Amino acid sequence: MTNRIESPSQDTLSANIFSLALPELAAMAKKLRRHIITMTATAGSGHPGGSLSAADIITALYFKIMRYDPHNPRWDDRDRFILSKGHAAPVLYAALAESGYFPVEELNTLRKAGSRLQGHADRNLTPGVEMSSGSLGQGLSFATGTALAVRLDHRDSRIYVLLSDGECEEGQTWEAALSAGQFKLDNLTAVVDRNQQQLDGWTRDIMDTEPLAGKWRAFGWNTIETDGHNFKKILAAFEKAKTVKGKPTVIIAHTIKGKGVSFMENNPDFHGKAPTAEEAERALKELE
Amino acid sequence: MAAPNSPVTEVATREAYGRTLVELGKQNKDIVVLDADLSRSTMTYLFAREFPERFFDCGLEEQNMIGIAAGLAAAGKTVFASTFAVFAACRCFDQLRMCLSQPKLNVKMVATHSGITVGEDGTSHQAIEDLALYCALPGFTVVVPADAIEAVEAVKTAAATPGPFYIRLSRPKTPLVYSEGYRFTLGKAVTLKQGRDATVIATGIMVAKALEAAKRLTGEGIDCRVINIHTLNPLDEEAIVKAASETGVIVVAEEHLAQGGLGSRVAPVVAREKPVPMRFINLKDHYALSGSSSELLQKHGLTAEEIARAVKEAIQAKAIPRG
Repeated sequence: MTNRIESPSQDTLSANIFSLALPELAAMAKKLRRHIITMTATAGSGHPGGSLSAADIITALYFKIMRYDPHNPRWDDRDRFILSKGHAAPVLYAALAESGYFPVEELNTLRKAGSRLQGHADRNLTPGVEMSSGSLGQGLSFATGTALAVRLDHRDSRIYVLLSDGECEEGQTWEAALSAGQFKLDNLTAVVDRNQQQLDGWTRDIMDTEPLAGKWRAFGWNTIETDGHNFKKILAAFEKAKTVKGKPTVIIAHTIKGKGVSFMENNPDFHGKAPTAEEAERALKELE
Repeated sequence: MAAPNSPVTEVATREAYGRTLVELGKQNKDIVVLDADLSRSTMTYLFAREFPERFFDCGLEEQNMIGIAAGLAAAGKTVFASTFAVFAACRCFDQLRMCLSQPKLNVKMVATHSGITVGEDGTSHQAIEDLALYCALPGFTVVVPADAIEAVEAVKTAAATPGPFYIRLSRPKTPLVYSEGYRFTLGKAVTLKQGRDATVIATGIMVAKALEAAKRLTGEGIDCRVINIHTLNPLDEEAIVKAASETGVIVVAEEHLAQGGLGSRVAPVVAREKPVPMRFINLKDHYALSGSSSELLQKHGLTAEEIARAVKEAIQAKAIPRG
């Protein structure tokens, strides 16, 4: 079941190599969600909740929006995806495997000794991982630096970075937001996975970041709010971001933590806990 | 090599840095420089003036600056990022670990205003823990130039060597130890003066003081070796073991806290390979206060006199038979 993809010629690689239609995107997202359940259950640990909430956003990027070549992961002209919320590594690994960076079978090695698939993403181990993450609040800074480099080199690559909403409590996120605005990085798009939950509970109860959109706007960003589980709307937001000049865009994607598995949805227990074998079986049934 | 008879010239290592950046910028278009609102003090403004499109002032966002540096490096740039040593080490430790050390990215942290010689600004600005922090990061090359000439060499070497670097520079003008034409080898200690009775291993501004101490000791009939360890990581263990074996006494001198600095890098090597009496000239377990550089060095015993005294004390300890 290893995914082998025709290696595209880099001269002609101007768009996403899959460019899936809406129903296919939905099917792919379901596939990624199944991987997330199986991987974390097999590993016996991990963060399924925030991986499931981001599955549709990641599917849209890897199977419709981004330009990349899985056979040449460090291709200079690629678009970049940076996972700032590093604990959602399972959904990134699932997308990378399904897009051909490494065999799908390797997903079952997650978090095991000797595996390339670390508990949190590692840029030197896993093909397709742009940056190591796991300590929150740092990905937007890295994305800002990458966006500057790409602009210096006159490349038209676009930089995408996924933040958790809990991450918007980190001071460095706002340092980076200020600087990306200052540097007018219109090749940079941040997505906030607004699932409203963090490890200790609802973000509004722990450290309320509302009005979140207003904050980004005040920091000089083009700000779009959308339903993070509706492909039509997600794609429209990404397309809109491409047209904005002179400022970066943030997409606040309203999502549900644990999305797709009834007993995981909005359940903070599954922020950092893997499903048991029995729970995994139930979850996979729901994702058929 | 050493220029013992020429008149003492003083140049600030940060000035040498600023000038070298411009030179490197002309040679290599992939060199990008970042600063955090201190470019006039770190001297990166010289690069900014010459190559404004490749200079980014990150404002008072030191942590963000590290991430930006990492992003630029991952896209193929050779990045120099500068601020004061206190901010470059203490404020950004997690960012250094997560964004530079672990992914091994090609970023050169060049920090100025290190140690107590920053002087009048006082405790908050005196980075005396920075070497401990940077030496704790696997894969980070840590260099402390002894003078402006070595600073030029270290900066050029860093630009040509992949991976994360920390280069520690000073605010005030300091005496030249080397002459033009000196060639620096990363990770290789420099024996500046041969000697048989004892060895002073020094780094940074303490190298000049170690040479001065050795000169004084010569007058007292003590033949003292002086070694400059400019690279703290990776450490030249061979030179240390050789000095311990041949001279039987090691004194380590540095402008840093006792914990985690050069002394704590050298001591385990001596203990493991060739135990000999050791003495340490450094800052003890407290912070310094405001004052001029020279007042503070005097007050905290970072002087040629204290080095000479420590050498004599250690030689006495060597003379006492063990048992």
